[in-house]
Amino acid sequence: MTFINYASREINCKIVYYGPGLCGKTTNIQWIYEQANPEKRGKLVSLATETDRTLFFDFLPLDMGTVKGFKVRFHLYTVPGQVFYDASRKLILRGCDGIIFVADSQRARMEANIESIANLATNLKENGFDIRSIPYVLQLNKRDMPSAATIPEMERLLRFRNEPMIEAVANKGGGVIETLKAAARQVLMELQRA
Amino acid sequence: MAKLDLMLFEEEYKLLQEIIGRLEKDASAKVVFLVDKNGQQIAAAGDVKSIDATSLASLTAGNVAATDGLAKLIGEKEFSLLFHEGEKDNLHISIVGKRGILVVIFDQNSSLALVRLRVKKASKELQEIFDQVEQRAQKEADSGSRFESPFSEITDEDIDRLFGD
Ligand SMILES: Nc1nc2c(ncn2[C@@H]2O[C@H](COP(=O)(O)OP(=O)(O)O)[C@@H](O)[C@H]2O)c(=O)[nH]1
Ligand SMILES: [Mg+2]
Repeated sequence: MTFINYASREINCKIVYYGPGLCGKTTNIQWIYEQANPEKRGKLVSLATETDRTLFFDFLPLDMGTVKGFKVRFHLYTVPGQVFYDASRKLILRGCDGIIFVADSQRARMEANIESIANLATNLKENGFDIRSIPYVLQLNKRDMPSAATIPEMERLLRFRNEPMIEAVANKGGGVIETLKAAARQVLMELQRA
Repeated sequence: MAKLDLMLFEEEYKLLQEIIGRLEKDASAKVVFLVDKNGQQIAAAGDVKSIDATSLASLTAGNVAATDGLAKLIGEKEFSLLFHEGEKDNLHISIVGKRGILVVIFDQNSSLALVRLRVKKASKELQEIFDQVEQRAQKEADSGSRFESPFSEITDEDIDRLFGD
């Protein structure tokens, strides 16, 4: 649910980074936080455990500039990836406008990627969304790992609707902005049909 | 839940802002925020500059969502009120209708009893406006004569520009 305030001429869009534990969701938004102009970014809020695992969510508000005279603001959220945090993941999807699925390229994590997409489909449905139509981007992260699966292999297993597919090395910033941009494009284009 | 966007127009926004402002004074509060259940700020009054409003909105919504989850677990529909007591400042969080959250921050210049009383009154008024907004959205959706989106001509260049520097 995009929140459009015609009085203050603002659009707020909620984009959620989803994926299995340790695939690099938090790393994505940390990179964006570090790169963003300090005047345009808000505080990075991380509700994490003592060992830095996401407990509830990370949150980063970003002022993007204006489109058609409206101030565009993105609210970026990540979910906790571990299986047992499912209740929290469901809550974070409330009212989201777009999903970035971060897949872990390591072969040993392919099963976890597939499970996480299935879990996303279920949780979206419970929030009234359809994974086949909501703005959606697939990021293949950790391309630098020696044990990475090949791109065609990952595409065959994880890509299901001809969504934008972007290679990334999130801890070095590779592909991070490109991914966000692909998601932003879909979310904003969606407003045309509002 | 169909995709019904929350669109606030000038006059509705003004009314909401008015109610929030009055509540802030009547309750002798420091700050009052009206937040959407998805974590976005709708209106605010009082010493707003003293607080990171965006984070407050997001964390409040997270808090309410988690509390909703807890309520369902024990078989309650929802907990309509959350109260956090601090050394100096207190946080009073209540639900307005289906999608609103009212956050009141107050110190020893006020009291829980007073805040409660004023919040109750303000909530009723806010609820009426939310209902109007919803009815309008529903009517537009039903009649098919939908409100013309100002974004009907977003181009790739518009989006590139957002990521310009
Ligand atoms: N080699 C490598 N490590 C990464 C990459 N992206 C993230 N990491 C590391 O993977 C670990 C887990 O990342 P994190 O963002 O916390 O995962 P999350 O659970 O999805 O939030 C961290 O140690 C990151 O530094 C990448 O592209 N390549
Ligand atoms: Mg994380």
